[in-house]
Amino acid sequence: MTSFILRRLALSVVLLFIISIISFFIVTLTPGSPYPWGELNPKISAEVKANFRKKFHLDRPLPEQYAFIMKDLFKGDLRSIKDDRPVMGKIMERLPATLALNFTAILISLSFGTLLGVYAARNAGRWQDIVCSFVAFLFIALPGFWISYLIAIILVKGFGVPILGTHSYGIAFPNHLAAYLDTIWHLLVPATILALGGIASQSRYLRATMIGTIREDYIRTARAKGLPEETVLYKHALRNSVRPLVTGIGLLLPALISGSVIIESIFAYPGMGRLGYEAVLERDYPTLVALNFVVAALVLLGNLLSDILYAAVDPRVRLE
Amino acid sequence: MSNDSKITPSTPTGRILRRFHADPLARISVLIIVLFALFAGGTALLSSFNLNWPFDPNITNLEQKLEPPSSHHWLGTDNLGRDVLSRMLHGSSISLTVGLIAVFVSLTIGIVVGAAAGFFGGITDQILMRSVDALLCFPTFFLILTAVALLGPSLLNIVVVIGLVSWTGTARLVRAEFLTLRETEYVKGARVLGQKSWTIITRHILPNAAAPILVTAVLGIPDAILSEAGLSFLGFGVQPPQATWGNIIADGKTYLLDAWWLIMFPGLAILIASLSFYLAGDALREAAESRN
Repeated sequence: MTSFILRRLALSVVLLFIISIISFFIVTLTPGSPYPWGELNPKISAEVKANFRKKFHLDRPLPEQYAFIMKDLFKGDLRSIKDDRPVMGKIMERLPATLALNFTAILISLSFGTLLGVYAARNAGRWQDIVCSFVAFLFIALPGFWISYLIAIILVKGFGVPILGTHSYGIAFPNHLAAYLDTIWHLLVPATILALGGIASQSRYLRATMIGTIREDYIRTARAKGLPEETVLYKHALRNSVRPLVTGIGLLLPALISGSVIIESIFAYPGMGRLGYEAVLERDYPTLVALNFVVAALVLLGNLLSDILYAAVDPRVRLE
Repeated sequence: MSNDSKITPSTPTGRILRRFHADPLARISVLIIVLFALFAGGTALLSSFNLNWPFDPNITNLEQKLEPPSSHHWLGTDNLGRDVLSRMLHGSSISLTVGLIAVFVSLTIGIVVGAAAGFFGGITDQILMRSVDALLCFPTFFLILTAVALLGPSLLNIVVVIGLVSWTGTARLVRAEFLTLRETEYVKGARVLGQKSWTIITRHILPNAAAPILVTAVLGIPDAILSEAGLSFLGFGVQPPQATWGNIIADGKTYLLDAWWLIMFPGLAILIASLSFYLAGDALREAAESRN
């Protein structure tokens, strides 16, 4: 177990190195001005430009620039080109909201994905199964920005329900509980929209493995003992079909962060997706490189945790 | 069924097509995809002769702005009085082009990388697959957005970037197919006969992996369509005045309460087109995997 974790961590370092190189070259090899002002702005003197280039090491060859960025990133000194604030500070202030949003979305994906997948597997080949797979593909095919916009506008303008931001403004809550519920409500709508794709993919994976599991002898035994069908499905069959759900969590995270770029912008939710979108608009490449690095580190951590979790769920699995 | 099997040739392709055809959802999906392609192709063809049906998508008419759907403007008009149906028809050819070319790019890279990794194994496999693992850690849409925004949004940049970041799934699948097929009798036989690696890969292994590759291709088209729509919505898609489904929604979102048709119809078009590709791809996968 320990050697497994150590080897995985070593591999993660290699992957993070490749990831940092890819994201560095995407932002530096593309054309365009790196300045926070226009390239040809006549009010900016050549001296100011030269100082700016020196400050952000833009006068050095690319490999050196990369070394400077990575050194600053690890020392925590990396500064945003846009507002000269430390990049890690900008990311860290967004991290709690991002984690809350993505964790809720994963929870919704897993629970509803499980229900839908078990229901589809139980009725495999019948019309209920066809409806389930239709619904799953409908969820994947829904353009996230479209459905978010419709829901946001309908709820906010149509019914006056506040859902933008992390909490309602200008309202004095009678007690902490009400304020707490308000925050959860603001989290729930974007998280549900974000989770739609995950519900679909998790239910499809689970359906495929469940159909195989249901045919096993021990399921027939469990039924023959007279156990209720729910117990057979959710206790006996699900435990043995849960692998794709657990291994899928790691792959869910990059998809969720992709989705949150648009959804966070629409719902004015202050997470990392919106930070990334703002950094793209501002061509703030230290932030872009750092953001990709942090997201990739989270994904790798998620993958490692899901493998460990999987070993915990299934005693037959030994991590070696 | 016994009658059926007499008239259909019992080749693997024939069996897959027969099973595919038996699925009602698959038949409807293919019908929608064909209609969609006809509309997109027809609009592109007509506009190359300077003919536009029903209207020119870029003619503004401020006297008729934000008109609801009517017998004259079937899907209404936008804030500049442009006909929404005409703009959507022109947008459909953009969506279809993006879907097809992006998939062509990603399929080419994915097959080359997957075949090399699966066939040669060893250090080649290690290097290629670790790169795939690294790419899988990136939030794909964010990567596309970053690259397109920095390169400058144009149709060419969009399809190339979408293709360049979405080949990982194909590469993994092709590699897995190669790992299995490389151990089959006929591949071993070809090796013993002294055939070159290139011949074995292109003549013996790839044709036998064609069905799963085709499935990923079909499922890749709606992914690309949705990515392009998202880019257009954020203002980094194909640039105005060219209409795309995404930028009609982006332009229309300000008027949602007054003009629901501006955001509803293009959104439904994206939804129905991508849903059809997903359902067709899934039916094809079922048909190819089924063993009866």
